[in-house]
Amino acid sequence: MEYKPIRKVVSGNYAAAYAAKHARVEVVAAYPITPQTSIIEKIAEFIANGEVENLQYVPVESEHSAMAACIGASAAGARAFTATSAQGLALMHEMLHWAAGARLPIVMVDVNRAMAPPWSVWDDQTDSLAQRDTGWLQFYAENNQEVYDGVLMSFKIAETVNLPAMVIESAFILSHTYDVVEMIPQELVDEFLPPRKPLYTLTDFDNPISVGALGTPADYYEFRYKIAKAMEDAKKVIREVGKEFGERFGRDYSQMIELYRTEDADFVFMGMGSLMGTVKQAVDILREEGYKVGAAKVRWFRPFPSEELYELAKNVEGIAVLDRNFSFGQEGILFNEAKGVLYNTDAHPIMKNYIVGLGGRDFTVADVKKIAENMKAIIDKGELDVEVDWYHLKR
Amino acid sequence: MQIPENVKKRLSIPADEHFYAGHTACQGCGAALGLRYVLKTYGRKTIFTIPACCSTIIAGPWPYSTLDAPLFHTAFETTGAVMGGIEAALKAKGYKVKGEDGVMVVGWAGDGGTADIGLQALSGFLERGHDALYIMYDNEAYMNTGIQRSSSTPYGAWTTNTPGGKKHFLEKRHKKKVIDIVIAHEIPYAATASVAYPEDFIRKLKKAREIKGPSFIQLFAPCPTGWRAPTDKSIELARLAVQTAYFPLFEYENGKYKINMPSPKKEPKPIEEFLKLQGRFKYMTQEDIESLQNWVLREWEKLKKLAEVFG
Ligand SMILES: Cc1ncc(C[n+]2csc(CCOP(=O)(O)OP(=O)(O)O)c2C)c(N)n1
Ligand code: SF4
Repeated sequence: MEYKPIRKVVSGNYAAAYAAKHARVEVVAAYPITPQTSIIEKIAEFIANGEVENLQYVPVESEHSAMAACIGASAAGARAFTATSAQGLALMHEMLHWAAGARLPIVMVDVNRAMAPPWSVWDDQTDSLAQRDTGWLQFYAENNQEVYDGVLMSFKIAETVNLPAMVIESAFILSHTYDVVEMIPQELVDEFLPPRKPLYTLTDFDNPISVGALGTPADYYEFRYKIAKAMEDAKKVIREVGKEFGERFGRDYSQMIELYRTEDADFVFMGMGSLMGTVKQAVDILREEGYKVGAAKVRWFRPFPSEELYELAKNVEGIAVLDRNFSFGQEGILFNEAKGVLYNTDAHPIMKNYIVGLGGRDFTVADVKKIAENMKAIIDKGELDVEVDWYHLKR
Repeated sequence: MQIPENVKKRLSIPADEHFYAGHTACQGCGAALGLRYVLKTYGRKTIFTIPACCSTIIAGPWPYSTLDAPLFHTAFETTGAVMGGIEAALKAKGYKVKGEDGVMVVGWAGDGGTADIGLQALSGFLERGHDALYIMYDNEAYMNTGIQRSSSTPYGAWTTNTPGGKKHFLEKRHKKKVIDIVIAHEIPYAATASVAYPEDFIRKLKKAREIKGPSFIQLFAPCPTGWRAPTDKSIELARLAVQTAYFPLFEYENGKYKINMPSPKKEPKPIEEFLKLQGRFKYMTQEDIESLQNWVLREWEKLKKLAEVFG
């Protein structure tokens, strides 16, 4: 069958819901939280309209139970999906470890939202980044199309490496903003993503398995190594699946870091998620004004694309890392990771951390331009500037 | 030993064994006994969910399993939710759930994992109507972490965080009536059972397998280690708990209460008979004992009334 996309104008959340539908998820267990709600509402609508078959929707009483129910479903062999934000994700924390430890390929959309207090429902990456060490793959979407594509690819990748995957989109900027999304006809999704074939399931009554039993000090260590190894192997799988996706559907995701006009760049902006759309636009304008700049969008934060970062860092004088997140007592989380990767290499560009857009603070092309000026001055001076720049701070 | 088929048929407790020997429960453990009966009744086509509790340990460390049936070990507070997810997956995949030839989904959790930290997930499980059975084995404290009180610990009991002492720092709240909370969800089937009355327990297990929707069994499961009782007294203690009406056997089925006491005509024995065999009650004053006795009789009267009015 020839690929002819179906174009729909949808929000990021609806893109996620359609992707879950097209992935033929079998169990959805979820709990409402702004700005995630319209994902699960849409899925409920699919069921109500008879648009999906064999989908069990479990309206749980909390996010902790949402993840627990997905874990049970996935262990019983089903393709399980959920979505949440901020407080909900934090409440799931224990079970995020459980999903990864039990090697269950659950896919979850996290709509990035700032952690309270103070209450906020707006965009901020600290919620998902705080789950960094749980053993989940993390994909950051720049736009609604990437939300859709990310969910489909994540199922395939997760089910190959037997680890859960999180697809992350920005509160409101994507979740509630409508845009054209090219959707894939069901038959072609089915070819790309066949039904899940679990290695082990609880439904094998002839060979009953026990999942998650006590691991003594004599064995626990190896279990952890296997997760570490699966995460490392996931890089290859991500690149292959990303390439296959490009070949089938025209959007290539073989690069874990998407590079934009970086070939001859003096310095680049690095960041994740929707803010990189703004950055790309600013790069075009800055280029016209004579700045040799580019953008490096980190698509996958886990596993971390160290190799690609090194290749990039070798060829630029500076990297301005834009973090819509913060680790108290340290610095921006992406900045911290990127620096750590490069320390053990011979690539040591000047790196500067800008904390931007926390709690949904507007981050615009004008802001990128100001940061460009600042970054250029630092590079011209040729000195390290180690201070974290709280860029928007009202003084 | 081979049991002839014709004899097997007549046994009141199934001869089939799906609970392996060599497990790590203490001697006289009521929980281990209870789990064995569940496996005897349901066999291999049963998916167990077991949270953090003594049974996690009894089930064996990797790569062993005491249970000859699929088992998912889960986080302490998640039994109800995980069972719900398993049942949803079975439905999505077209498995027959329940009935003699169907798959049984069973949650097996302690009183702490049920009455305390897992109460929310239990409530969600019951309220959403999942087709599965939740068994709370009640040993009346957090045994796995070293005998701390739970809300199911009785009035007057010593535990390691109600240690008695000079200030008489004992458990001073009566046992939470989890089954009443369960019944408030208006589920089709809820029952109490005891390891001292295996036929009654197995009958209830079989009923739960036939009834559509969620069911709940609160199984009284003595813990000699935590109760500071001799290991050969477990069954006697479980029996006395019933005979004193401290833990009466009853069923709630589609809105109707039915008492299943072994000797229905007999008046309850004094609570002291149950208390005196256990070191955990040694700090109780006469006043404490009276308080517990009054509670037992009051609750027993209440249950009898319920069975009378809604029988
Ligand atoms: C979230 C969480 N808190 C605490 C614990 C520690 N913990 C493990 S088992 C247990 C007590 C279990 O008590 P109960 O459910 O009554 O079962 P029992 O051990 O008595 O059979 C506790 C407190 C845990 N595993 N997880
Ligand atoms: S401590 Fe009690 S419940 Fe736990 S294994 Fe020993 S006897 Fe059984």
